[in-house]
Amino acid sequence: MGAFLRRALGLVPDGRIIMFLRHPLAVRVAHWINALCLLVLFMSGLQIFNAHPALYWGKSSDFDHPILSLTAVDTGNGLKGTTQIGAWRFDTTGFLGASDTDGYETARGFPDWITLPGPQWLAMGRLWHFAFAWLLVINGLLFWIWALARGHAKKDLLPTRADLAHLPAEILNHLRLRFPKGEAAKRYNALQKLAYFFVIFVLGPLVVLTGLTMSPTMDSAFPSLLWVFGGRQSARTIHFICAFSFFGFFIVHIVMVILSGTWNNLRSMITGRYAIEVRDHD
Amino acid sequence: MTDRRKFLARAGAGLAAFTLAGCTDLSQNKLVVGLLEDVEKLTRRAQRLFAGSRSLAPEFSKKDIALEFRANGTLNPDTADYNAHAANGFHDWRIAVGGLVERPLSLSMAQLRAMPSRTQITRHDCVEGWSCIGEWKGAPLAPVLAAARPTENARYVVFHCADNMAQPGFPEQYYYESLDLVEATHPQTILAYELNGQALPIQHGAPLRLRAERQLGYKMAKYIQRIELVADFERIAGGKGGYWEDQGYTWYAGI
Repeated sequence: MGAFLRRALGLVPDGRIIMFLRHPLAVRVAHWINALCLLVLFMSGLQIFNAHPALYWGKSSDFDHPILSLTAVDTGNGLKGTTQIGAWRFDTTGFLGASDTDGYETARGFPDWITLPGPQWLAMGRLWHFAFAWLLVINGLLFWIWALARGHAKKDLLPTRADLAHLPAEILNHLRLRFPKGEAAKRYNALQKLAYFFVIFVLGPLVVLTGLTMSPTMDSAFPSLLWVFGGRQSARTIHFICAFSFFGFFIVHIVMVILSGTWNNLRSMITGRYAIEVRDHD
Repeated sequence: MTDRRKFLARAGAGLAAFTLAGCTDLSQNKLVVGLLEDVEKLTRRAQRLFAGSRSLAPEFSKKDIALEFRANGTLNPDTADYNAHAANGFHDWRIAVGGLVERPLSLSMAQLRAMPSRTQITRHDCVEGWSCIGEWKGAPLAPVLAAARPTENARYVVFHCADNMAQPGFPEQYYYESLDLVEATHPQTILAYELNGQALPIQHGAPLRLRAERQLGYKMAKYIQRIELVADFERIAGGKGGYWEDQGYTWYAGI
C-alpha cells in the first residue's frame, strides 16, 4: 500500500501521536441512534412511497401532472420502467419503475433491495417508519437540548465569521483531499460545521414537520403547517427531497470518513478517542 | 488494535446482514411487530393531546375541488341485493343503528336526508399517499348516535358495509370499519350522501359513506348498511376493528 493510502486509512502515523477525546458520549450515542433511525426511515419511506410512486405540488394530487413519477408499462416484451421528472422521461427499467422481486419483474417505484420490508407491504413499512420516526424525534430533541445547554451547538457547530471567510480555501483543500492536521483537527472545519449544522438544525426539523403535515389529524391541530409548506402534497414532495438530501449527506459523509482516516474516525465515534499527529515543528 | 479492527469488521458485516435480509425477517417476528404496533397507541395519544377532540380538519373553497375525484377500494359491490337497490335509486335502502343502544333505529335514506345536514369541502388522504379535494354533504353522525341513546359501556362505533371483499369462492368478508366515540361524534364526521352536489356515485359508496376528516381514507367506510355500537371489536371479523386493520394496517389512522 502506498504511504498516502496507509496514512489515509490511519494505519501509519508520520508524526508524534497524541490521543484526545474528540466526541463526548452524548454525541456518540446520538450519532449511532441517528444512523440507525435514518437507515430504517429511508428504506421504509421508500416502501411507503412505492404505494403511490408519484409526487405533486399543492394541496391535492393532480394525477395527470405529477412532478415526478416512477411508472411501468407492459411492452409485451417485459416491463419497461420509466422515471419522469417534469417534462423529462428516462428509461430506468430494472431500477426505477420496474425491477425484479425474487426473480419476477414487478411494477414498483424503488427496487426491493432498498425498501423495508423488501416485498410490497405498505402496512409494515408504515409500522417501521412511525416507530423510528418517534425514536429520531426523541433522540433529536434530547441532542438539541444537550447541544444548546452545553454550548456544543454554538462552540462546535455554528460556523464563525472566520470559518466562513476561510470557506473557499476549505473547499479547495477538501477537493485536494487535504484534511486538517494537528491542533486544527481537534475542531470541525467550516465545511463540517456547515454540513452538520444544516443537517441537525435545518434538515432534521424540516423532515419531521413535512412528515407531520401529511397527517390529517396534525393538519387539524396545526393548520398553519399546510400554509407553511404549500399543502399536503407539497409537504410530501419536500419530505421526499429531505430524505434524498439525507442520503446525499450520508454518501459524502461516508466518503469523507474513509478518506480522512477511516479507523481513526470510526474509533473516535465509538470510544471518543481520536489520534492526532503533532509534528515537532508544528 | 487488531481485535478492535476485527470487532469493527464484524459489526459492519452484522449491520449489512441486518439491512439486507434481516428486515424482512424482522417484519415477521412477533415480538418486533408487537413493539412496532405499540407505537400506534403512542401516536394516538400524542395526536389526541395536540389535536384535542374537536379540532377541525381544514376546509377548502370550491375552486380547490378535484375535477375527477379518485375512487379507491371497492368500486361497485355488485351483489344481487345491491344491484337491486341501485336500480331502484336506493329508495328502500335502510341504515340500522344497533348494538349497545337503548333505542335501536332503522333509518330510511329519506329520514336521514331530513335530519340536519353539513356540507364540507375537505381533503381525502389515501394511506397510499395521494390526496383529493371534494365537497361532501351528509348527516352529522353525532345526532344519529344520540337518537339511538348509546349505553354507558359503548366505546366504539362499527360500520358494516355491503361490499364483499373476499375473492370468489371464499367465505364472505364484508368491509367494516370502526371509530371511537371521540372521532365518531366529531362535528365533521358525517354520513355522506352527496359528493360535489350530486347523489353519491356508486364508486364512492352509494348511497351512504362515512366521512371522518381527521383520518385516512380507509377509515371512511362506503356502502354503509348497519351501524353497531360496541364495547370492543374483538369478536368482529378478524378482531382488529376494520377490514384493513385485519390485514395489518393500524386502527388509528390519524397519520
